Amino acid sequence: MSAFLIFIVLIVLVGFFFAGMYNSLIKLRNRVKNAWSQIDVQLKRRHDLIPNLIETVKGYMTHERDTLENITKARAGAMGASSVAEKAKAESALSGALGKFNLVVENYPDLKANQNFLALQEELTSTENKISFARQSYNDQVLFYNNKIEMFPSNIMANMFNFKQEEFFEVENEAEREAPKVKFN
Amino acid sequence: MWELIQSNKRKSLILFLAMGIILLLLGYFIGGMFLGTNGGGELGVFFALLIWAVVSLVSYFAGSSIMLSVSRAKEVTKEVHPQLFNIVEEMKIASALPKIPKIFIINEEAPNAFATGRSPENCAVTVTAGLLSRLNRDELQGVIAHEMSHIKNRDILYMTFAGVMLGTIVIVSEVFLRGLWFGGGSLNRYKNRSSGGGSGQAVIAIAALVLAILAPILARLLYFAISRKREYLADASGVRLTRYPEGLASALEKLADNRLDLRAANKATAGMYIVNPLKKKGMKLSDLTSTHPPISERVRILRNMSQGAGYMDYQNAYMKVKHKTERLIPNSVLDSNEKVTIRDTSVSKETIDKKNYRRNLGDLVMNVNGYSFVHCVCGLTLKIPPTYKKSEIKCPRCGRINKVPPRNKL
Repeated sequence: MSAFLIFIVLIVLVGFFFAGMYNSLIKLRNRVKNAWSQIDVQLKRRHDLIPNLIETVKGYMTHERDTLENITKARAGAMGASSVAEKAKAESALSGALGKFNLVVENYPDLKANQNFLALQEELTSTENKISFARQSYNDQVLFYNNKIEMFPSNIMANMFNFKQEEFFEVENEAEREAPKVKFN
Repeated sequence: MWELIQSNKRKSLILFLAMGIILLLLGYFIGGMFLGTNGGGELGVFFALLIWAVVSLVSYFAGSSIMLSVSRAKEVTKEVHPQLFNIVEEMKIASALPKIPKIFIINEEAPNAFATGRSPENCAVTVTAGLLSRLNRDELQGVIAHEMSHIKNRDILYMTFAGVMLGTIVIVSEVFLRGLWFGGGSLNRYKNRSSGGGSGQAVIAIAALVLAILAPILARLLYFAISRKREYLADASGVRLTRYPEGLASALEKLADNRLDLRAANKATAGMYIVNPLKKKGMKLSDLTSTHPPISERVRILRNMSQGAGYMDYQNAYMKVKHKTERLIPNSVLDSNEKVTIRDTSVSKETIDKKNYRRNLGDLVMNVNGYSFVHCVCGLTLKIPPTYKKSEIKCPRCGRINKVPPRNKL
């Protein structure tokens, strides 16, 4: 009788243990999803800011049509991207275009005195930061989640209920890192 | 991140237990001395716990509003300082906090900052006007990251409760010692009345006396040790958020340069700030009894983080600078494979010169007080006080009529 009771108690305990493990995996997966949506919010915000920016600087930067067109093009490309990898690539192209724009701005003191532009530039800088912080936080969550899936004992649970590894948001920094080319004649 | 919070919780528990035991012993011996050995000790313990519970409840529910009103902080909207709001939001994203904290500004020139609130859902970040006008974007980000780390690591809640415990111990022993000083006669009266006290009572009296003198000192040392450690930890977590140690390092240097006292701060609130706001008194205190580690040391640790911006890197720099083998963060919570690269900032390394600093400060103070700014086409900026009621204003330089923007309510 008592052996039977102990057996029941053991079963219940093991059940609780697995339920807890399952719940914590769900929680982690939701955190990853939430972090991803944070990135999306900021990317959208950047896309919204760009037309405003172009409108403000157009009058000042008549000689920089190429730079401005590049930004517009990169924005269109980024808005069309769908998968994580695609998005990462398109968005880093956009970051690169904006980075070049920031370098060019230094040549326009009038523009840098414009209050409207300064406010817009602060918003843009901050949005860039928010994107990279959101990415950082997303990657942190993904790392934590992926580790949990791989490690014993939670890997048993992950296999049983088909928890899959999540993709990191890696940025190929080619466009961003590309140094401005300066010619000395 | 989460493991670090767990390990913090465990350590805080040990601190609480130690302080709690000191408080209980104090209550027991004082009670035993005044009310006799029959149940007097238990009554003393009861009163000590009662005082502690009342103060704890008050500080849990009203602590942050008391702190904010004592330091004369004003809640502001985004229009007052868009950059500050943006930076706080950036750090909210980086630290994955559930909500953006409320933002307050203190209209004072001494640069400083603190965070308040009992939980991440219910918190606030406060900075002084002097801080905002002195620091550039990266430096401000470093300071905000430090404050948000206090919120994330639950430092505020723990330090508030530790502070309350310390306060209770100090109050109880102070009242006891003063009562003894002014009412020595009454002690004898109690003694004579107690039935068969004799030598046992005398031993308890001596124990109470010794404890009343030692307990506050012991509790203070415990409290300060933990508080300093948490400052280092907040530096480490902050840098991990911004990935840019130099930002916080140069901000701390600027804060150390300051020779002004923060008038809104006092001895009780000093521990909450990022650097000690009471410089002139604070400098003379020895290392053992200050709530903050010396700034120069914090800066040196940050500057020694050449490998990366993770906890591991901070720990290595910490041990190198302090010549210690003792670890700041237990190894079990560190991921030795974690690679956190330092970001190279694309933001211009703007410097703020004296003239600009004065103008920034003046504008900010006006802004917080509800002034609005109108930029006339001729280049003049009109500063309009909140008492100006008309919807248009004439530019004194060029005579153009400018519209006054509608007031944002504070």
